Amino acid sequence: MDFGFNADQEMLRATARKFLENECTSEFVRARMAEDAGFTPEFWTKLAEQGWLGLVYPEAYGGAGLGFVDLTVLMEEMGRAVMPGPFFSTLLGGLAILEAGSDAQKKEWITKVAEGEARVTLAWTEPSARWDAAGITTAAKASAGGFTLSGTKLFVPDAHVAEALVVAARTREGKNADDGVSLFLVPKGTKGLSVKLLPTMDQTRKLCEVKLNDVSVPAGALLGQKDGGWAPLARVLERATVALCAEMCGGAQKVLDMTTEYAKIRIAFGKPIGSYQGVKHKAADMLVDVENAKSLTYYAAWAVDENVPEAALAASMAKAYTSDAFRKVSGAGIQLHGGIGFTWEHDLHLYFKRAKSSEATFGDATYHRERVAQLISL
Amino acid sequence: MDFTLTPDQEALRARVRTWLTAHIPEDWKKFGLSEVPRPEAYEFLRKWQKTLHDAGFIGLTWPKEYGGQGLTFVEEILLHEEMALAKAPPMLNILGVGMAGPTIIAYGTEEQKQRYPAKILSCEEIWCQGYSEPNSGSDLASLQTRAVKDGEYWVINGQKVWTSLAHVADYMMLLARTDPAAPKHKGITYFLLDMKLPGVTVKPLRQITGDAEFNEVFFDNVRVHESQVLGGVNNGWAVGLTTLMYERLALGFGLQVRLRITLQSLVDMAKRIEKNGRAITKDPVMRQKLAALWIDTEALKYTGARAVTKLLRGELPGPEASTGKMGWVETHQRLQELAMEIQGPYAMLARGADAAVDSGVWQYSFLRSRANSIEGGTTEIQKNIIGERVLGLPKG
Repeated sequence: MDFGFNADQEMLRATARKFLENECTSEFVRARMAEDAGFTPEFWTKLAEQGWLGLVYPEAYGGAGLGFVDLTVLMEEMGRAVMPGPFFSTLLGGLAILEAGSDAQKKEWITKVAEGEARVTLAWTEPSARWDAAGITTAAKASAGGFTLSGTKLFVPDAHVAEALVVAARTREGKNADDGVSLFLVPKGTKGLSVKLLPTMDQTRKLCEVKLNDVSVPAGALLGQKDGGWAPLARVLERATVALCAEMCGGAQKVLDMTTEYAKIRIAFGKPIGSYQGVKHKAADMLVDVENAKSLTYYAAWAVDENVPEAALAASMAKAYTSDAFRKVSGAGIQLHGGIGFTWEHDLHLYFKRAKSSEATFGDATYHRERVAQLISL
Repeated sequence: MDFTLTPDQEALRARVRTWLTAHIPEDWKKFGLSEVPRPEAYEFLRKWQKTLHDAGFIGLTWPKEYGGQGLTFVEEILLHEEMALAKAPPMLNILGVGMAGPTIIAYGTEEQKQRYPAKILSCEEIWCQGYSEPNSGSDLASLQTRAVKDGEYWVINGQKVWTSLAHVADYMMLLARTDPAAPKHKGITYFLLDMKLPGVTVKPLRQITGDAEFNEVFFDNVRVHESQVLGGVNNGWAVGLTTLMYERLALGFGLQVRLRITLQSLVDMAKRIEKNGRAITKDPVMRQKLAALWIDTEALKYTGARAVTKLLRGELPGPEASTGKMGWVETHQRLQELAMEIQGPYAMLARGADAAVDSGVWQYSFLRSRANSIEGGTTEIQKNIIGERVLGLPKG
């Protein structure tokens, strides 16, 4: 048994931290928040050069062939830097193509993703805001030589800067909602596809509404089995949930670091505030939250990497705990900083908002606790 | 990162599992499940530990020459996990196995190491811990029990309190002040005290549960031979802290595992109890609370596994090692509170009432759990330690 990172992973962490400290400064993040795109082509090229855009994809498709434990390290560092842009959404789209696509589709799209030539996102949630297969009501009707897609997708990350969207749609109505979901690869600019960027509370995360108004796609746009799209999609979501948890852990750790440093230098009543138990004990509570969130997240990363039977349970345990932990830690960070923590100028609000958007993504703590309840047969 | 076991470890797991199935006594259930041994179970548990010891399942990480098995923490964890799955009885001499033994092995003379550890494992000699005093709890270094040199002997006078198992213990890990002139941390010595010496008086204290599990211990001119000093005169603070480190580490696995056992019992109970015409486990609010406990219990396990990995790699424990005790306390107290909530008005019935749920064992555990955030270092002290030693915040 060995529950820690290896030397290569520690090196990846050090490299990522240095890179992001230089390239993804507070000024960079704030500039991206104020713009629609959320990233710069130069920054994207650098991510590709580091090999991070293809980190978890097989080498045959231009990837680095690494696993989810490696990705965990990278996501933690990206969360620490509250990195904006379509990295995570492209991971979602790329994983969907990897899980469901044909060899030819993977060769074409994953290679482009890994090289930084294409960003691909995943359009699956709808205004009903359901995380299960029943939430997928966008229709895909067979038509001459292909399919016609109609419906509305909501909360789609970075669709406005994606070269293609993986769209989950219903090809068959049945008793079982899991049955009849199909995945389609829809390139940007396809007739009838409209993308609207939405104002978001967490400006480092760009979300879109995507309308499909009788969008015609050829038969070759289908990813994987017709009607059998939920199983690969569920695997993608399980994996992406763990990656998101890792990003959240990185953000929570950074808030704890910032708060601890501040508590050592901020003087009140003649002493550093960190010497008062009202502050010290809160900081200790933050540490417990951060460490436990990491433990559950690392275990889940290992579990999805090894595809062990407990993987779904591990992912839900991690998301439930980490959702609460990051929200609590980022809130406590503001409280312990006092007024300065409430300002726009200080970076704390970036983490506080990221915590809330991440909490609400892929199901919050309440949703995942219920999943845990089901998985342990309560 | 790798959770797979070696063939030897898999074999040990299988051997432990088979052995436990065959050897857990049938009459164990009558004592009820609780994380702390209750007085009426002492004799039973003494025999149980002897049985475990004879099978080679105690002291796995201790060196072979002192009665252990010379294995790693991985084997220790495996054993605890299997004992949890089998709902095995707890260890009676837990303070000896978890604290006294490892400290003696770390600091003892060869003679002391030959004399004490093996009998701790076999439960031939039960140990208690003489740290807290009426005026020295969290501020342990202010302790006032005095030891004054008289020839080859130290003469002890003073009082200890909250001393679990003192009424059945053969030996005590005793901290006493040997140099009152020195700064408070520097004048303390660690003694291995024979509880049968003249002048030692044990008075049981009745606690919130009604049981007398802990005691006051009085020392009236108790003469302890100088060979019973552990780790050198005036070095007791360092030795005592080592004991506490082992306590948190070694007891940590056991605590997490017993928590998992208790949680399973809680889930079993919740499935049997109905509220408004359906099982408690089908109530959405209760499902949330039960799942949260499940998750927190698993988090403790994996945080512990990260700490153990560092030890196995020969690295110093990181922040993850320091959070175990308070994490366990918080989770366990919440579990016991939920056990009461699930019972509704039945929560009011105690042992002896025919209608009491599970013979009233939960009422005992609920009350007993209040001590968790006080014993072995209060939660407030744990938070000071984390704040100061892990986060580097200034002392108050």
